[in-house]
Amino acid sequence: MDAIVFPPVLIGPLLPTLVVLAAAALVLVLDVVPWAIPREVAAMVALAGMIGALLATLARWSAPGRAFRDMVVLDNFALFFNVVICYAGALIVLLSMDYLRRTGSESSEYWALVLLATAGMMLLAAAGDLVVVFLTLELMSLSLYVLTGLFKRELASGEAAMKYFLLGAFASSFLLYGIALIYGATGTTNLDRIAAAIASRPRDPLFGIGLGLLMVGFGFKISSVPFHMWVPDVYQGAPTSVTALIATGSKAGAFAALIRVLTVTLRGVPPDWAALLWVIAAVTMTVGNVVALAQSNLKRMLAYSSIAHVGYMLVGLVAGGVGGAGSVLFYLLTYTFTTAGAFGVITLCERARGEAVEVSDYAGLARRHPVLAAALGLFLLSLVGIPPLAGFVGKFYVFGAAVRAGYFWLAVIGVLNSAAAAYYYLRVVVFMYMREPEGAATTYASSFAGSLALAIALLAIVLLGVMPAPFVDLAQAAVAPLLR
Amino acid sequence: MIPLVSVVTFLPGLAGLALLLVPQRADRVLRPAALGVAVVTFLLSLPLYFGFDAELIGYQFEEHGRWMPTLGVSYHVGIDGISLLLVLLTTFLMPLALASAWGSIEDRIKEFVATMLILETGMLGVFVSLDLFLFYVFWEAMLIPMYFVIGVWGGPNRIYAAIKFVLYTMVGSVLMLVAILALYHQYGGATGRYTFDLPVLAQYVMAPGRAQDLMFLAFALAFAIKVPLFPFHTWLPDAHVEAPTAGSVILAGVLLKMGTYGFLRFCLPLFPDASLAFGPLVFTLAVIGVIYGAWVSTVQPDMKKLVAYSSVSHLGFVMLGIFTLNQQGLVGGLIQMVNHGLSTGALFLMVGMIYERRHSRLIADFGGLWQVVPAFSALFLVVTLSSLGLPGLNGFVGEFLILVGAFQRNPWMAALATTGIIFAAVYMLWMYQRVVFGEVTQDANRRLADLTTREWAVLVPVVTLIVWIGVYPAAFTGKTETTIEALIAQVQAKTSANR
Repeated sequence: MDAIVFPPVLIGPLLPTLVVLAAAALVLVLDVVPWAIPREVAAMVALAGMIGALLATLARWSAPGRAFRDMVVLDNFALFFNVVICYAGALIVLLSMDYLRRTGSESSEYWALVLLATAGMMLLAAAGDLVVVFLTLELMSLSLYVLTGLFKRELASGEAAMKYFLLGAFASSFLLYGIALIYGATGTTNLDRIAAAIASRPRDPLFGIGLGLLMVGFGFKISSVPFHMWVPDVYQGAPTSVTALIATGSKAGAFAALIRVLTVTLRGVPPDWAALLWVIAAVTMTVGNVVALAQSNLKRMLAYSSIAHVGYMLVGLVAGGVGGAGSVLFYLLTYTFTTAGAFGVITLCERARGEAVEVSDYAGLARRHPVLAAALGLFLLSLVGIPPLAGFVGKFYVFGAAVRAGYFWLAVIGVLNSAAAAYYYLRVVVFMYMREPEGAATTYASSFAGSLALAIALLAIVLLGVMPAPFVDLAQAAVAPLLR
Repeated sequence: MIPLVSVVTFLPGLAGLALLLVPQRADRVLRPAALGVAVVTFLLSLPLYFGFDAELIGYQFEEHGRWMPTLGVSYHVGIDGISLLLVLLTTFLMPLALASAWGSIEDRIKEFVATMLILETGMLGVFVSLDLFLFYVFWEAMLIPMYFVIGVWGGPNRIYAAIKFVLYTMVGSVLMLVAILALYHQYGGATGRYTFDLPVLAQYVMAPGRAQDLMFLAFALAFAIKVPLFPFHTWLPDAHVEAPTAGSVILAGVLLKMGTYGFLRFCLPLFPDASLAFGPLVFTLAVIGVIYGAWVSTVQPDMKKLVAYSSVSHLGFVMLGIFTLNQQGLVGGLIQMVNHGLSTGALFLMVGMIYERRHSRLIADFGGLWQVVPAFSALFLVVTLSSLGLPGLNGFVGEFLILVGAFQRNPWMAALATTGIIFAAVYMLWMYQRVVFGEVTQDANRRLADLTTREWAVLVPVVTLIVWIGVYPAAFTGKTETTIEALIAQVQAKTSANR
């Protein structure tokens, strides 16, 4: 019997994640030290962790590394997603600072869990093995389940956490079952070796079923139809800062793993899986947009709109190739800033009875807080896809990739969807600019950190909208090695 | 060398953004500052007219800048005989629109003037863009300020009208986006050069067939909604009636021209075979629009709505001229775009003036205005006659050329369209008669004040141009004829290459 050989421990490829994990540990330690520490310190440590991880990521750019027998693959693809996730994490930390104090739910667990979830997302993007995919997905999801239930006194928050947990556990078991079947079919859980094993017999039914179950699990995590049922309740019930994290970071992480698993394992296989994704993409964006039309709660509306945006991203995945997958990466970048910004504005609006979550709560906001209203307006216009904002360029690339790959009608369905979506996004603008409030008005909950986060997000969506070329090139360069 | 086109295009928008920073206590400077910016923009656009060489084929005042080289997107702007007149129309109407709002818009002045100036940049950008990506950016971006102008400063039903305007336009333009992408990939696939540059793409001889037809239809839908060509016109009466006077002037004067401009600039040169194939359909819809618009105008009780429906009729004439695909028709169509901008813009201005005094636009509420406000009534008469195409005024020149062109293509259609002129006389003169002639029927009208100095200053430039174009149209048609000849030659060369 062979002796067990321990793989060499390489810290380098793990460095960005380790920074985040160290920050999480530090936050927890600070909570139990006997002497008194100001509450702001934990938030500062969390922010430092995010920024440190971002710098570590940037430092490793174009220096691909693999660790633990290819279980962790820190290539430019993973680094691109790490940048997106670190930005999302940093924005959420900034938005949370005053929001938590205001809602009276400040605690060090919050910061630790946000950091742990972020670490999960980052490793998920670098997972080169299905076991790591599962582990990191669980690290991310379990942290998010707890964060969703953070508002212990609110029924909606508890309900959301419960639903999220039960459905998420379901999804995880599907995923695990799929991994088991794939292991049975190929004898390995490593993506490269799966690709090699499957290239000679692409029609293996066991592998097909395994991949299908894997797709169900990913469908839950990225919230594509028909696995989207949890999204509206969770987005509505969770604390808004947590909703922002679920909508941006967790989606980016899950998409990273989905793209990597699909493109790497199916490298040598004829792309008949695209037909299935075609249908899912078309249905996802249509269902998301149509149901969003009927929402009166802003968080719920953004939840359905996020489902629709997943549909647009799947269009890029259907198109495939460097252009298609690259367009998804760029879309996620624009979507992350836009969505974090939109939820960020909600965290800065308060009413006498709590949060301003109804669309009608925003009536007349432009008259009293013009800058805040303009910010939300710009984020929403970017979600509509109005140039010269980032959302337009994202859509332009995604649909451009679809047209190039010959999916002409899918692009038509996509653009018609985005025209219909204009209705519900502009409805919020109608309330902010064209109506007067009935009863008590929504006020701006002053927050320097929150305003800073919004300013960063605004700057990003304008920059990505006016000067997208360098970022698109980066996104395409990041996916190119996967397809080789 | 000053990049004149870019300066003219971006000056208003940047100034508009800067005006947003003016603090609350200094808001008295906003109106004069905005008007000053608009006037300076107009003055800066005059060198484009005088420096434009009417003998040259191709674009002038061209500017090329790098933007996204890996994608084939560049910052490429320029002017030819088609866009020159529309740029001037835009810069000419904007100061008038701002001046007209001087007394009528009181709420959120800062946002209003900024929105209007940003809107001007959007419209000018549409007319000067020579890159499809850049064009689309302006085309879509322009929607939002107009949406705000209607939705924030409009009438009682403004929100409905604003949303309807945006949704209608969006549906058309997103399909155009797919067609732009399809054209880009088809050209790139065929030649190996991926570019959105319009002059390059216009050289490409595309095979006739389903692909070209679909692309043409996608572009045409976007433009037809904007024009608006019957049956895509239903957003127009709502938007025009609910918009504030300044918004209506810009909407009718410039925005509708973006649709007809699109047909001239993109549909004809890029998809000539499909333009010929669908020509009879567009021709028919245009004639239906001419007659339908006139009939519906006749029965309107509201003056603003009457003018709005008359736009459907007039723009039908423009479309008729464009799809004659001959020299007279196209020149007539182009000059009629300018004419409609001037006369309908002036009509909206004057309806707005009377509304400010009386707070009613119903024809039945007026009568005998000549006895009360003779100066207003006299200018109103000139504008009315211009709108119905009286010889000696501008409207006649355009309509005459269009009908000459249309007669060569299809005499029966031309004959039908001619009835539109007769109906125009019916609805305009009947409206004028009921509002201005006769005895003063309502006491509220007895104390109406005549034109103020500001109103004179707004109307005199328009009326001057109305007469000038009517008497000496060559000053304007002369700038466009070479461009139109080249366009026709290009369409013929490309269609015959495919035979």
